[in-house]
Amino acid sequence: MQIPCPLCGPRDIREFTYKGHATYLDRPAEDAAPEAWHAYLHLRDNPAGATRDLWYHGAGCTAWLVVERDTATHAVTGARLAREVKHAG
Amino acid sequence: MRYSGWQVLAQGLLGNGGWRPAWRDPAPKPAYDIIIIGGGGHGLATAFYLAKEHGLTNIAVLEKGYLGGGNVGRNTTIVRANYGLPGNSEFYSHSLKLWEGLEGELNYNVMHSQRGLINLFHSDGQRDAYTRRANAIINQGDDAQILDREGVRKLLPYLDYEQTRFPIFGGLYHPRGGTARHDAVAWGFARGADQRGVDLIQNCEVTGIDIENGRVTGVQTSRGAIRAKKVGIVVAGRSSQVAAMAGMRLPIESHILQAFVTEGLKPCIDHVVTYGMGHFYISQSDKGGLVFGGDLDFYASYAARGNLPMAEHVIEAGMTLMPMIGKARMLRSWGGIMDMSPDGSPVIDRTHIDGLYLNCGWCYGGFKAVPGSGHCFAHLIATDRPHEAAARYRLDRFATGRGLMDEEGTGSQHNLH
Ligand SMILES: Cc1cc2nc3c(=O)[nH]c(=O)nc-3n(C[C@H](O)[C@H](O)[C@H](O)COP(=O)(O)OP(=O)(O)OC[C@H]3O[C@@H](n4cnc5c(N)ncnc54)[C@H](O)[C@@H]3O)c2cc1C
Ligand SMILES: [Zn+2]
Repeated sequence: MQIPCPLCGPRDIREFTYKGHATYLDRPAEDAAPEAWHAYLHLRDNPAGATRDLWYHGAGCTAWLVVERDTATHAVTGARLAREVKHAG
Repeated sequence: MRYSGWQVLAQGLLGNGGWRPAWRDPAPKPAYDIIIIGGGGHGLATAFYLAKEHGLTNIAVLEKGYLGGGNVGRNTTIVRANYGLPGNSEFYSHSLKLWEGLEGELNYNVMHSQRGLINLFHSDGQRDAYTRRANAIINQGDDAQILDREGVRKLLPYLDYEQTRFPIFGGLYHPRGGTARHDAVAWGFARGADQRGVDLIQNCEVTGIDIENGRVTGVQTSRGAIRAKKVGIVVAGRSSQVAAMAGMRLPIESHILQAFVTEGLKPCIDHVVTYGMGHFYISQSDKGGLVFGGDLDFYASYAARGNLPMAEHVIEAGMTLMPMIGKARMLRSWGGIMDMSPDGSPVIDRTHIDGLYLNCGWCYGGFKAVPGSGHCFAHLIATDRPHEAAARYRLDRFATGRGLMDEEGTGSQHNLH
């Protein structure tokens, strides 16, 4: 597997650390209900197919990426900087 | 047919013409009392114990592929009861005791071999942690010994004791730990359930769960609708998809775990050896192959196959620990879909829907759990009360925070257990 880092170009997955589903970007407000925190930390759609997840390019530019890929085939179709995804809302 | 040494002899003399299929291949009936979704180890064991312990036999096990084609036939077959935390401790103890009587109970040779398991440690801190765990195991009534370096050397003379990165300080020895033949466990439970009247229905994928007024009424399948009063979901890596059919979102992320086997060799590794620092563990199958594995690939996956970086990492770790395996030729590698939970421990519980029960979250440790999980899940389905050995495997522990069982203390990230 290779991930197309927007800053570094296509790189081997050994350079990256996986964090989890991109749902991690939607951190609840500090005073959100416990259910929201439970959903954020634990519950997952866990799709068998297209997904978006967070990867850290630790052996490259050290950016956090949102990677678009397929969990059933391991095909990687795209990657964006997490901070841009976040600001785009 | 009852299996025995005499049968083997008699059939041998008669040209082996008298063997019969070990289970029937029935068509689904329109309705059952209980439907078990998933014909892996846990689903088959659940059906077996429902019939044997609770006298319930109007049961179907629905399997989308073939019996034993999932993780139960893909794992590295380690069976042990060396957990440290309340909840896991009593459950795996219960399961190991069931293993110890399993072959007689099933009249099936599952090749359960209590050859002893050694978890190596490499620092004073790790020794302290393992000593604490050993005490927890002994308090649970199971067996554990702390070996020093020379004690390990007596059992495992072939390890590299000179390596400087992770020098071997000693090991946690669990003599009752060992292995079993994974396929045989699935087949033995399948045969036992079938003999008691359970319908094992293969090539039957569940595509929907029917619910009326908060109560389960049946399932939709690739072979038509089937009604049922109670339904158990036991589908390991596919838990999220099947639970979603009942409107549930689970605390599960599915990950890939790989394993490897070499060509058959003369006996050389007598125990199960784990090398946690290097992410490597190994045993030798009765056929002679060295069976080994390591960690998850670490990214969510349903591919049932992994990537080469993890294969390389596992093999490198194995070479640092026991350079003698370097000349063995690898035959195969494969992967399974692991239902990773946020604390690394499983769920055996009711759901918010009456008559619908959930068994999932076994991560990469559910083979040793097969008898215990089947036994406790059957008890829950039959009586609507949790079995005492599995009472802490509650689904709501993630929401409440009460009773989390994070053996490795790595936090609530699914892939870190
Ligand atoms: C490489 C590897 C090594 C492992 N090593 C060990 C080990 O050494 N020790 C240990 O204790 N554990 C180990 N495990 C973990 C263990 O194998 C699993 O936790 C356990 O087998 C899971 O339970 P199961 O047997 O019921 O799962 P499975 O055999 O996967 O059964 C689930 C079944 O559900 C079926 N299914 C899914 N969806 C549907 C549907 N919609 N309709 C009908 N059927 C469906 C699947 O086809 C499958 O047959 C390992 C796993 C792997 C992959
Ligand atoms: Zn980069």
